[in-house]
Amino acid sequence: MSFTEQWVAFLTLVTKEIRRFVRIWPQTLLPPAITMSLYFVIFGNLVGSRIGDMGGFDYMQYIVPGLIMMSVIQNSYGNVVSSFFSTKFQHSIEEMMVSPMPAHVILTGYMVGGIARGLMVGGIVTVLSLFFTHLTLQHAWITLSVVVMTAALFSLGGFINAVFARNFDDISIIPNFVLTPLTYLGGVFYSLELLPDFWRTVTLANPIVYMVNAFRYGILGVSDVNVYTSLGTIALFVLGFYILALWLLRRGTGIRA
Amino acid sequence: MSALTIRNLTKTYGNGVQALKGIDLTVEKGEFFALLGPNGAGKSTTIGIVSSLVNKSGGEVEIFGHSLDRERALAKKKIGVVPQEFNFNQFEKVYDIVVTQAGFYGIPIAEARRQAEKYLRQLGLWEKRQSAARMLSGGMKRRLMIARALVHEPELLILDEPTAGVDIELRRSMWDFLIGLNEQGRTIILTTHYLEEAESLCRRIAIIDHGVIVENTDMRSLLEKLQVETFVLDLQRPLQSAPELCGFHVRLRDAATLEVDVPKTESLNRLFGALAEQDIQVLSMRNKANRLEELFVRLVERNADLAGKEAAS
Repeated sequence: MSFTEQWVAFLTLVTKEIRRFVRIWPQTLLPPAITMSLYFVIFGNLVGSRIGDMGGFDYMQYIVPGLIMMSVIQNSYGNVVSSFFSTKFQHSIEEMMVSPMPAHVILTGYMVGGIARGLMVGGIVTVLSLFFTHLTLQHAWITLSVVVMTAALFSLGGFINAVFARNFDDISIIPNFVLTPLTYLGGVFYSLELLPDFWRTVTLANPIVYMVNAFRYGILGVSDVNVYTSLGTIALFVLGFYILALWLLRRGTGIRA
Repeated sequence: MSALTIRNLTKTYGNGVQALKGIDLTVEKGEFFALLGPNGAGKSTTIGIVSSLVNKSGGEVEIFGHSLDRERALAKKKIGVVPQEFNFNQFEKVYDIVVTQAGFYGIPIAEARRQAEKYLRQLGLWEKRQSAARMLSGGMKRRLMIARALVHEPELLILDEPTAGVDIELRRSMWDFLIGLNEQGRTIILTTHYLEEAESLCRRIAIIDHGVIVENTDMRSLLEKLQVETFVLDLQRPLQSAPELCGFHVRLRDAATLEVDVPKTESLNRLFGALAEQDIQVLSMRNKANRLEELFVRLVERNADLAGKEAAS
């Protein structure tokens, strides 16, 4: 395929993916908006007002970047894992497998679809948060880099999960038993400064800590970890996941008999 | 140039089942080719490998001279595949399914829309273009898969059981459509359980069984191998017992129906002459089974015997 043809195929897949999650917006865009609004009301307004400041900001302001990042992570992952597994389940993946689309175009198409949903939900949650608190953007490029790379990373994670999944239970195990605990323990609701030394060290092994903190730095200008270490780590993980996913796709793991 | 060349193709699945045991097959450009075989013979595995849905264990596949290993994209552009099972997103609209498939082949959106309209109209689906695919009848879904397979104008169209579950009227119209495509120069490979379909449409045929090609020839040569044809005769008056007809093996199916085995060396005129001599009047006559079906059953039975002997030794 020429570069132009690959570009057309890529845009076709991305458009298809975006059209899919927009068409089923009550399942994809509405729930995170409602869930995050409840977080803002309960943890921000009701509980947060009794907690006081954290990291030099009122509690509501402090948790907003983490909540935005949480919705980006969950939705970029959820988009690709459900979409790719559905195409496997319905065999419509064969439409792509018989076509001359190279594996990297298929993978990048799904990844960008996941990023698109992650960013769209992140945008909705950001707009909702403005009804509850005031936000300023301290470092726009860092904010953008972190959110895009994080969405890319979890899209690729969702893709790898879908490759190995054999039934619908398999696509909910990782989000429920791995992603959710890591996100809640990833410094979304608290500063690592509050933890005893031992648990602080343990927490630093959680990759989501780096994403949440780098994003918080972009918006509020404060972070519990070095931002450039975070950016580098996320970039390395994106590269590693991309190579792994591409290898699996080229081999036909979970797709071709 | 051959449309499809398969050399020493083997496939062993993860559970140890050897689906293909080194098959060789050549389909020439412009042919209407039938690939027949009983269930589990290796037809779908062969088609799966050619259309890149199944990994081969060994051997080589070339499509219009392009190796599926070394020039995968060029080879894939030449093929359109209509699988046996419905394999589109049931929630998508008919039009979107076809346009999206064109996009996967790198066809720009304006041309993709033109192509989609062309084939949806030709296959009688244009009025349904805004319907979700799940709302279509079985026959319409099958036609949708044909439109999708043709949208990038492939030179080789592979159809795996395209008329399964389709009513007779629609089957005939699909046959006409496929004949038209073949007359325009497209090479067509068809697998089917309807042997009448293969006999009506295809000029060449291969029979696959237990992962080996047991026959690969043109339809006329194949049918010439049929040594005996069985006819069913409906009689005007009932008989007590089967008549003796010299040169023919005759059985009484019921009092008013005879089954007669007619060797290839005998003429039907002699049969009717012998019947008239015994004052037996025939009201109507038909083949007991499709000619190709009889031959197919014999070839497959023979291959099963050989496979059994091989296993025993």
